[in-house]
Amino acid sequence: MYSILLRKISVGPMKTFRLGGIHPPENKLSAGKKIQLANIPNQVAIPLVHYIGAPAEAIVAKGDRVLVGQLIGKATGYVSANVHASVSGKVAKIDVQLDASGYKRQAVFIDVEGDEWMDAIDRTEAVKRDCTFTKSEIIQKIADAGIVGLGGATFPTHVKLNPPPGKKAKVLLINAVECESYLTCDHQLMMEKGEEIMVGITILMKALEVDRAVIGIENNKKDAVKYFRELAKTFNGIEIVPLKVQYPQGGEKQLIDAILGRQVPSGALPIEVGAVVQNVGTTFSVYEAVQKNKPLFERIMTVTGKSATNPGNYLVRLGTMLSEVVEQAGGIPKDTGKIVGGGPMMGRSLMTLEVPMAKGSAGVLFIQNLESLRKGMQNCIRCTKCVTACPMGLEPYLLMNQSEREMWSDMERNRTMDCIECGSCSYVCPSNRPLLDYIRFGKTSVGAIIRARK
Amino acid sequence: MDKLIISPAPHVHSGDSISKNMQAVILALMPAYLVALYFFGLGALIVSITAMLSCVLFEYLIQRFLFNGLITINDGSAALTGLLLAFNLPSNLPVWIIIVGSLVAIGIAKMSFGGLGNNPFNPALVARVFLLISFPVAMTSWPVPSPFNTQYLDAITAPTTLRNLNFGVVPNTMDLLIGNIGGSMGEVSGIALLIGFAFLLFKRIITWHIPISILATVAVFIFLLRMANPLNYIVSPVDYLLSGGLLLGAIFMATDYVTSPMTKRGMIIYGVGIGLITVIIRISGVYPEGISFAILIMNAFTPLINTYIKPQRFGERIKIN
Repeated sequence: MYSILLRKISVGPMKTFRLGGIHPPENKLSAGKKIQLANIPNQVAIPLVHYIGAPAEAIVAKGDRVLVGQLIGKATGYVSANVHASVSGKVAKIDVQLDASGYKRQAVFIDVEGDEWMDAIDRTEAVKRDCTFTKSEIIQKIADAGIVGLGGATFPTHVKLNPPPGKKAKVLLINAVECESYLTCDHQLMMEKGEEIMVGITILMKALEVDRAVIGIENNKKDAVKYFRELAKTFNGIEIVPLKVQYPQGGEKQLIDAILGRQVPSGALPIEVGAVVQNVGTTFSVYEAVQKNKPLFERIMTVTGKSATNPGNYLVRLGTMLSEVVEQAGGIPKDTGKIVGGGPMMGRSLMTLEVPMAKGSAGVLFIQNLESLRKGMQNCIRCTKCVTACPMGLEPYLLMNQSEREMWSDMERNRTMDCIECGSCSYVCPSNRPLLDYIRFGKTSVGAIIRARK
Repeated sequence: MDKLIISPAPHVHSGDSISKNMQAVILALMPAYLVALYFFGLGALIVSITAMLSCVLFEYLIQRFLFNGLITINDGSAALTGLLLAFNLPSNLPVWIIIVGSLVAIGIAKMSFGGLGNNPFNPALVARVFLLISFPVAMTSWPVPSPFNTQYLDAITAPTTLRNLNFGVVPNTMDLLIGNIGGSMGEVSGIALLIGFAFLLFKRIITWHIPISILATVAVFIFLLRMANPLNYIVSPVDYLLSGGLLLGAIFMATDYVTSPMTKRGMIIYGVGIGLITVIIRISGVYPEGISFAILIMNAFTPLINTYIKPQRFGERIKIN
């Protein structure tokens, strides 16, 4: 009670999560830039793996002709997603391709010939509001369309819509926070496809059998808050909650805490508190899949950076090399020292731009030379800034010490597995200590020990 | 951009640094320093410059010749230790004693444990207590404040308010606020120290937890004693807080990052402990002032507090709105 009161005094009346958090410069350089169609390249390499889950199995062979939206990779397990052709043409080969995570993974290479779509896909612009499908039909359509969480974790959406036995969702939360600096793809999508997103939400509500949905939007997107409040008047049970701008509000547990005031216990899923969280981009893809029969084969990506000549938001076909999108957006700025796939806090630095666009690619960020090198590490002065910043209530300074000394059981006791890897600790550290690097290292070992115990 | 830099996330940094934090604390000490220069004049100038220069020099020499040669005197921590040490000394202390104090602070209390971040005890306070025990007469003869004083070793001395209290002399609150009293050069002016406190809070260098819990504990303790025995405890709690080195200790010494606990709850336990020990030493110890000893004693408990007092974990208590 006392801590809630204190938090209210220090953050003002607007809702936000209760523990930790930071506020890096927002740098939303591409905000308000219209979504542009990225050029269709001559060849695409569509990855069969999207970070999480079992890889899809290719069901086409070299020489096969495919149409846009045709199934080319079939999901192989429960946590696995279908993969569709993003272009029409001839399958050139099925081979390994370096992807944004830095690993070589299976991909389907297609030589592009024209732009011929599957007949079943409804390509009209008209918004189709009425959804006549049943719960199970909706979930099946979402699974068929290969939809995964577009916020970055790329967890298959249909799995999230099937709560484990005995658990029942009570509320659907839509993550429209976009708390990473620089990225604007979700914001722009909301401004251009607002009604479609609202229909997508009603479809997800139907699939979950809930009558309440809440869209959480950070208050640096005031236009989106206003627009969605207007839209919500014609839909039942959908609320808009503006949130105080604070990173990492887009973290699933943080968002639930911010909106519902409930904290998901350690190691548990959001369904434990009756919530299911979906990203706003995912919601749009659900709309397209269910109402327009369009599988997930393209997504919106932000290309940005302080020196970028033309920061913008692009609708890109999966499998397009990032280099081609960047070329269209004005090329790599001269003073670039680092290129990040995703946002500055959680994105991965890329070795090369010759990696294919994947379902989880939300952005390409150019970081200037000056900012791209870390400063030298100094002694920990125990200033408590990392403890204060940690949104999970951990002690990063201690976890790093224990990780350096390989004290795995102590790390486990200090709840290192709760770490969401948001990077707030490394961001605030005045001694430039690589706190998160060491915690990640420790998590790998502690995780392996925990799995071995089972 | 011939080569791209590869590193794990996060790819941006707040730009905060050790030197920025140290500079902010030094800046927060400036009001009290100006008051010291006004009331103690030349003596304050000599004491502070000697302490800062010798601390930086000792840190340099130790890093250069005894450590791996990596010099970090630019981070400002040695200069801050020197300034804090000077604040805890009378302004008529001979130069050689100050240099001995600096050697104890940097050489014994800080560098022998591995340098910045590794010392269990506050270096400036270790040095002060060392000097207090070794040179009790020189360390407890306080110059009388007089504006723009040009006397140094030959300054006229008088007892501090705490010593006076034991003889039944009640201080004047106004003098305590502006610093027109005898005492260590940096501890005399309540108002200047409180301005520094406000600045540190505003810049988010420290949080309120340690200073406020110390001051509140002392105030409550002395208030209860006064209720129980009004004849023996004539001083009001407010004057009691302003007397001696309590404010300097609570705001600047106890909040030293390295030697204080890492969690808010731990900080409050630490602060309450310092407050209790301070009052006990003040009323029944040999020395009139107890804050230095109290902080050093609680410094020793900091690792224990860190082991048992953990931050509030996410999801530990599920609250339902």
